[in-house]
Amino acid sequence: MIIGLGHYLSVAAIVFTLGVLGIFLNRKNVIIILMSIELILLSVNINLVAFSTFLGDIVGQVYALIVLTVAAAESAIGLAILVAYFRNRGSIAVEDIDLLKG
Amino acid sequence: MYEAIVLLPLLGAVIAGIVCLIGARNRFPGEDPPPPAHDHAPAAVAGDRPRVAPAPHAEHAVANTPTQTHVEASEHTPSAAGSLLAELTTSTFLVIACVLSWFALFDVGIAGHEARIPMFSFVSFADLHSEWMLRIDALTAVMLVVVTTISSLVHIYSIGYMEDDPYKPRFFSHLSFFTFAMLMLVTADNLVQLFFGWEGVGLASYLLIGFWYYKPEANAAAIKAFIVNRVGDFGFSLGIFAVFYLTGAVDFDAIFAQAPALAGKSFHFLSWNLDALTVVCLLLFMGAMGKSAQFLLHTWLPDAMEGPTPVSALIHAATMVTAGVFMVARLSPLFSLSPGASGFVTFIGATTAMFAATIGLVQNDIKRIIAYSTCSQLGYMFVAMGVGAYSVGMFHLFTHAFFKALLFLGSGSVIIAMHHEQDTRKMGGLWRKLPFTYATMVIGTLALTGFPFTAGYFSKDAIIDSALVSDGPMASYGYAMTLGAAALTAFYSWRLIFKTFHGEPHDREHYEAAHETAKTMLVPLGLLAFGSIAAGYPAVSFFTGHGAREFFRQALSLGPAGKLFESAENLPLSLSLLPTVMMIGGFLVAYQFYIRRPDMPEALARDQNLLYRFLLNKWYFDEIYDFLLVRPALWVGRLFWKGGDGFIIDGFGPDGVSARVLDVTRNVIRLQTGYLYHYAFAMLIGVAAAITWFMFAGPH
Repeated sequence: MIIGLGHYLSVAAIVFTLGVLGIFLNRKNVIIILMSIELILLSVNINLVAFSTFLGDIVGQVYALIVLTVAAAESAIGLAILVAYFRNRGSIAVEDIDLLKG
Repeated sequence: MYEAIVLLPLLGAVIAGIVCLIGARNRFPGEDPPPPAHDHAPAAVAGDRPRVAPAPHAEHAVANTPTQTHVEASEHTPSAAGSLLAELTTSTFLVIACVLSWFALFDVGIAGHEARIPMFSFVSFADLHSEWMLRIDALTAVMLVVVTTISSLVHIYSIGYMEDDPYKPRFFSHLSFFTFAMLMLVTADNLVQLFFGWEGVGLASYLLIGFWYYKPEANAAAIKAFIVNRVGDFGFSLGIFAVFYLTGAVDFDAIFAQAPALAGKSFHFLSWNLDALTVVCLLLFMGAMGKSAQFLLHTWLPDAMEGPTPVSALIHAATMVTAGVFMVARLSPLFSLSPGASGFVTFIGATTAMFAATIGLVQNDIKRIIAYSTCSQLGYMFVAMGVGAYSVGMFHLFTHAFFKALLFLGSGSVIIAMHHEQDTRKMGGLWRKLPFTYATMVIGTLALTGFPFTAGYFSKDAIIDSALVSDGPMASYGYAMTLGAAALTAFYSWRLIFKTFHGEPHDREHYEAAHETAKTMLVPLGLLAFGSIAAGYPAVSFFTGHGAREFFRQALSLGPAGKLFESAENLPLSLSLLPTVMMIGGFLVAYQFYIRRPDMPEALARDQNLLYRFLLNKWYFDEIYDFLLVRPALWVGRLFWKGGDGFIIDGFGPDGVSARVLDVTRNVIRLQTGYLYHYAFAMLIGVAAAITWFMFAGPH
């Protein structure tokens, strides 16, 4: 079986869906939300790399590296916020985080 | 000189008022406006008034908080600062005004120097021109003397009476303001100015009845007096409008000049043709009924006794309540042309004279007895006005002011001596403790009951005789009622004296503590007692008979009265002695009841329980009014308040709109949960919807 573009895209779509569902089905931990965001970004990366390979255009892979960098920075900031939040509120359960409520 | 008489009390009121305001500011500093030093105080953020000072001013803040609660303040609070200044200024000005008034009386009444003193233009609008002018004629001069004399004596008396009261400057300011308004009333040259004074005394009366504003009864009485007077004033102002409509003028001279032409004219109102003069006079008299507490509008006067006793003496006995009588006298050229209105005046006066006297028979509060007596005596004056003997009515007003003020001030002296006990059932035997008060009150009672050769004898008998010889409508009814009331007057007056000063003391503790009061209170009593005896005989020739015509000249309409006086002089002896006989009868019954057989009144009250209760409850007038007027008015008010305003206007207007807005926002708020995953979900849905739209229906 030749693994074609469709397979890569399918994997990426599955990962993306997992990531999205992970954000709003998760009621427990904010870290899981961060991880879900990583999943979404990774699925995008898979798409980028897959198209880059199949189209023979290196720009897609360069772009994937940029996305990785951003993702790393983002999770670093996210975790820092989490630590600060935990120190202040003593909990990072998603259900407890509702300060934006009207 | 006349300007000084009128304006000195105003000046006194203003000075005392300033003293009062400065005192109030010192007493509660930082209340309003806040002291500038504390303007930026962070403590004010706490939501309290700026009186909460920041920490560095802590001891200042303690000094700022009111140390005395208003309630029950009278006993222990020190007098306001400047009380002495206020007392002395107002009293001095009044005494000066009083001396000037006596000069004025002789100048105007005897030397005949009438005067019109224009001051400034008051209202000038289209056809309505009203000049602010002092009209000085004999009628005014008599009133000037009455008002300033009683007022100055009451001022002096109040220095003693109000000694323990912390709010003396306010009291004296109001008292002087009242005097000013009353002088404005009696010197008025037109109806508008008269109305100004009329409302001014009403305001002063309200303020002074409610002087002890921390007493709920005093507030209720003040409001009642004000509202009942509004009923009368409603008629009075309609009367003024009608006069202006008919004559196009509000000046007395212009009105009187046109009055004869008005007789017989009619007034088309809705579908009725009414006699113009009668309607006008009845409307004007309605105002007099309110102010002078006549039958049907009398209910406020007894309640007004909640005010301090000097106020009762000055306003609710001697001067303000006689404003109605004065007004009828001033407008006598109108009233004398309308037999119908005059008959009504006689009827109301006679009814009041009798009715108030019957209530006075059984009351127990010393001031209320005298209040009903005042009511009754005002009825006498109106009988005189009604039968056309205007000068005789003024005569009784003049003498009545002396002895009624005397009785009130005397009872005030008793009340002070008894430590604010007003119930005659708890007094008794006081003549040993208060010999001077006793003597003066007996003189006042003699004058009130018409003992021969006291002031009341001349004026009261003149009224009864005038009613007898008059052939006006209702005159015989007036005669019967005034004659009967004379006996009742003697009975309740002596009952008051006997229960208060004779017999056994009913409250031993109060009796032992009783003592004769301060000199400033006794001197006015002495002077008024002198007036009660001496005001009668020298004045007879000015107020009755042919002297009246020379004394009053154009001030009163004495057309038919000349005939009255002649026939009154030629009365058979038996008839002219009748009032005195009635008086003696009343005295003897009182003597029998309260000195010889003190058990008799109680037995009689038990026998005639129904009648006794009827009288004790003042003919149930308050209850009837409560049922007929107060409750329906409250019901209507509540209906409009709750139903009209609360339900309809507020419900569909502001409150309804704001409630709907709140409902909407309450639902909108629910969308905003604060949970991250809800927002993420909403974003996803949104992105999905946007993409779907672009894919299938987007712009191509």
